[in-house]
Amino acid sequence: MNTASAQANSTSSADAATKGAISIRNVTKIYDPDGVNVLAVEDCSIEIAPGEVCMIVGPSGCGKTTLLNAIAGFHSITSGQIDLDGEMLCGPGKPLADQGADRVVVFQNGALFPWKTLADNVAYGPIVQGTMTKAEAYGKAVDMLAEAGLSGVAGKYPGEVSSGMARRAEIVRALINDPKVLLLDEPYRAMDALTKSIMHESLLEVYDRTKVTIFFITHDLEEAIFLGDRVIVMTTRPARTKKIVDVKIERPRDYRLLSSEEFRVLVEETKGAVHEEAVKAFEAGERELA
Amino acid sequence: MAQATPNTQKSKSRIGKLVSNVTFWRGVVAILVFLALWEIGAQWKGWFGYMMPFVGKVAPPTDVIAIWMEVGQQPGYWLSWWLSSVRVFVGFLAAMIIGIPFGLAMAVNKYFRGIFFPPFEILRPIPPLAWVPASIIFWPTTEMSIMFITFLGAFYTIVINVLGGARSIDVQYLRAAQSMGASQWDLFYKIILPGTLPSIFVGAAVGMGITWEVVLAGEMMSGGGQQGGGGLGFFIWGSYMGGVMDQVIVGMISIGVAGYISSSLIRYLGHVCMPWRRMF
Repeated sequence: MNTASAQANSTSSADAATKGAISIRNVTKIYDPDGVNVLAVEDCSIEIAPGEVCMIVGPSGCGKTTLLNAIAGFHSITSGQIDLDGEMLCGPGKPLADQGADRVVVFQNGALFPWKTLADNVAYGPIVQGTMTKAEAYGKAVDMLAEAGLSGVAGKYPGEVSSGMARRAEIVRALINDPKVLLLDEPYRAMDALTKSIMHESLLEVYDRTKVTIFFITHDLEEAIFLGDRVIVMTTRPARTKKIVDVKIERPRDYRLLSSEEFRVLVEETKGAVHEEAVKAFEAGERELA
Repeated sequence: MAQATPNTQKSKSRIGKLVSNVTFWRGVVAILVFLALWEIGAQWKGWFGYMMPFVGKVAPPTDVIAIWMEVGQQPGYWLSWWLSSVRVFVGFLAAMIIGIPFGLAMAVNKYFRGIFFPPFEILRPIPPLAWVPASIIFWPTTEMSIMFITFLGAFYTIVINVLGGARSIDVQYLRAAQSMGASQWDLFYKIILPGTLPSIFVGAAVGMGITWEVVLAGEMMSGGGQQGGGGLGFFIWGSYMGGVMDQVIVGMISIGVAGYISSSLIRYLGHVCMPWRRMF
């Protein structure tokens, strides 16, 4: 079933996506380490349409990752509700979402298993879920790596390839599960600008092919506008939505967009909001130290 | 990928590679220089009439080699090798078989850790040699008590390394696996176990060294009766009691060689089991 739908996905790329709607409603998260309440997310509501690329921008430590962790089922929420395609992931009576391959996370520092080759890494999901045999999964993994331009390195270990290749392989590893939504937590954070731009184009290419819903956390505003359908600027802790920017720039997009007028205008419009929150976060940090 | 250069390099034999390796020759020269200094120091009295402190009391390497040649023809010497190796192997293997699951269990289960870690930590500082009297009482044969203390020598190191290694696995690997639908068993078998392998091999290498230290002491104390006799430790002790100092040195170097072979074996195994670490 997994195979079939994944194939359908790659052939009928132009069709509007029908799955992967995320509804975040009035979500609040209070961390309570050692009895000190830390309000990480406060009354946050975001509606994400199926197949949307939703970029979450905010200062460091503002609670963006908390939101992602709640969707992925790594952390519980204190109140509110999160639905995926109309089904409740977490909410009243069920603070912690089940983890599942319909929401695959790509992490900040990369989490390819160093003891598996790229192909084995990619094949991991379908094997542990039991949706494919080892041979099928491996064959599919090799095909998908080739599609992503990684055919030459499928047999290599993550430590043997560049960080850019590793990150691309990681996205392939997520996609082989045919997820409803990809959760990306600052995946290109530690990369130099050139590698980053290649990563962006490769992600856009993947998106145009699969139309998977993307929930992408970053604090790079230009990255957010370049990739996203919508950019949601979060306030500093506790995280609330401060500003929502619709990016009505046509796809497919490429790097030339970066120097276009409409891109510049969007960046200028949003910069103020982001900067304001960054300053607040910075000052809050100073107060905590004082 | 398949250019000509790496191919010709691969076709070179391992020995060919070794011979063209500067590091290898540096090591060889270092050992030769050491032996030469030892020889000169030991012969100083005969040549110049003045005895060098310490090294002058030791037989020169040439004598040691001569004795070694002699000893090497006696089956008793090789029997000592065999006996010590068996004790080390059994003790070490038992330590691995019990220590790895024990360490992993403590790493993954907080109740198990809560129950077993405190007593483990109290027992751990007790030197294996302090166990000798108790061990002789516990076990029916001296052979078994020697194996038991060699086991103890490796056990603590292996457990501590496994526990530390398993607990320091990046939580992102676990989360990534879980988010791809891994079951608890998958997590354990495909993430925690391979993630702990490097630490297991570190523990094994250190533990193997301790095992050789302990087996020697155990053999020296056993006194070499009918039960639990022999072994390289007893070879040294017996030679010392018989006043054959050259033979003591033969025994000492034999242990060095045995330890080196053991740790090389572990390194080789590590290489085979962890192909992803070859490029580091």
